[in-house]
Amino acid sequence: MTNHFFNETAVLLGRSMRHITRSMDTIITVTIMPIVLMLLFVYVFGGAIHTGSERYVTYLLPGILLITIAMGISYTAVRLFTDMKSGIFERLQSMPIARSSVLWAHVLTSVVSNLISLGVVVLVALLLGFRSPAGVLAWLAVAGILVLFTLALTWIAVIAGLSAKTPEGAGAFSYPIIFLPFISSAFVLTDTMPGPVRAFAGHQPVTSIVNTIRDLFTRQPVSTDIWIALAWCLGILIVAYTFAMLTYRRRISK
Amino acid sequence: MTPQPVQAIHVQGLEKSYKKLEVLRGVDFDVAQGSIFSLLGSNGAGKTTVVKILSTLLKADAGTVTVNGFDIATQAADVRKSISLTGQFAAVDEILSGRENLVLVARLRHLKDPGTIADDLLDRFSLTHGAERKVATYSGGMRRRLDIAMSLIGNPPVIFLDEPTTGLDPQARLEVWQAVKDLAAQGTTVLLTTQYLDEAEQLADRIAILHGGRIIVKGTLAELKQLLPPAKVEYVEKQPTLEDVFFAIVGSDGKDSDAVAMNAAARTRKEQR
Repeated sequence: MTNHFFNETAVLLGRSMRHITRSMDTIITVTIMPIVLMLLFVYVFGGAIHTGSERYVTYLLPGILLITIAMGISYTAVRLFTDMKSGIFERLQSMPIARSSVLWAHVLTSVVSNLISLGVVVLVALLLGFRSPAGVLAWLAVAGILVLFTLALTWIAVIAGLSAKTPEGAGAFSYPIIFLPFISSAFVLTDTMPGPVRAFAGHQPVTSIVNTIRDLFTRQPVSTDIWIALAWCLGILIVAYTFAMLTYRRRISK
Repeated sequence: MTPQPVQAIHVQGLEKSYKKLEVLRGVDFDVAQGSIFSLLGSNGAGKTTVVKILSTLLKADAGTVTVNGFDIATQAADVRKSISLTGQFAAVDEILSGRENLVLVARLRHLKDPGTIADDLLDRFSLTHGAERKVATYSGGMRRRLDIAMSLIGNPPVIFLDEPTTGLDPQARLEVWQAVKDLAAQGTTVLLTTQYLDEAEQLADRIAILHGGRIIVKGTLAELKQLLPPAKVEYVEKQPTLEDVFFAIVGSDGKDSDAVAMNAAARTRKEQR
């Protein structure tokens, strides 16, 4: 049975990956906004922002990567919603397959497609002058944190995709997440923010994740931020997964 | 091995409510193996609810249901091995090609040689010419045929067809009817829901009318006809129906529906005599 689960998940993963490779516009729309933001901040605002780092693009990239993920997961919700609406979800649920493989295939597709988008954004950042002395292990750690963050947000996307009434509604939940990096240390140092805003910025997940990735990129010793970042990611992952599963159970057998 | 049940589907005292709305209030019926059973009812009568419960997508509030000898509540996995569902809206993947859709289902059913299975079905349902095209470019009839073809993969003994011809043009409708007749001829049990009376008349061995949450009558077409006063003899000038006219003029648009068009033309000639 478990073998079947992996096999069926793989078959369904292949299916949704085809959706992505056949309509490359999803990758383009996902990456275009982070890239434009990066250009805007590097060439327009960047000169006036003092972060104390050598190149602003290096300071900026971690936040841009998180925005990329937040953009990407809205498509996960839309893809799931489309399957629910078109009846494919029901067809699969009435077949002799491991039922949860349908959901896991969407989750894995989300991770893979987000990694592709992240790769595209990093390449553009390299063109803009991003350089990192980080070694292989540090890069792997960055990738690990980004995958964890993607997984956490993906399960939120699953809740949205399963409970939305319209495709717009399925995608809209990601807007607040896209704007979280703006009120964090992603673009500017939080020191200049007024008290309450600084307090918010200091205690929301993005700041600790951004700081950790930035430390890894610049080969600084990683502070306790990494534990806070991991706790946030795991916490969101567990809560979102639980609620996603509850929503899923409610949807498949009323 | 469980002994082969005589009744492919057995439904007794089936009840289902959505919150306070009682949709099914004690539905009973049996479907013999290898027969076509039609559940007739107007929109909102609860036909789709019955099909969803039988295909383990919804839980019943009360009643016992067995499909292919398996209880839907306690042996759901075995039920899913025995059935195929063709839902109300053609559940096909628009971005994949027709062939890829078939291969997908064959692989999910762990069948050997998914490619050959797909090619056979494409041929059987006259879809070979569109095999490599995205399903998004298919006509309604092609989409429905692909949908039904996907349901046949793995030869499940019981097939549920929920309003298979709703929204189809007359030609596509005849193609679907032919596909359903072929299925029953091969021994598959078919449960068909429809709101079209002529569809039930054309296809079904037995018919049940679902109304107000209950089956109000069931039987063969002949039995149902006997419920009415005996036929009166009236002399009416026989005019061709609009369908006859449509087929006589349009004819067939491709190789796959030649037989259909010829039938229609033959029928027109017969009736005009």
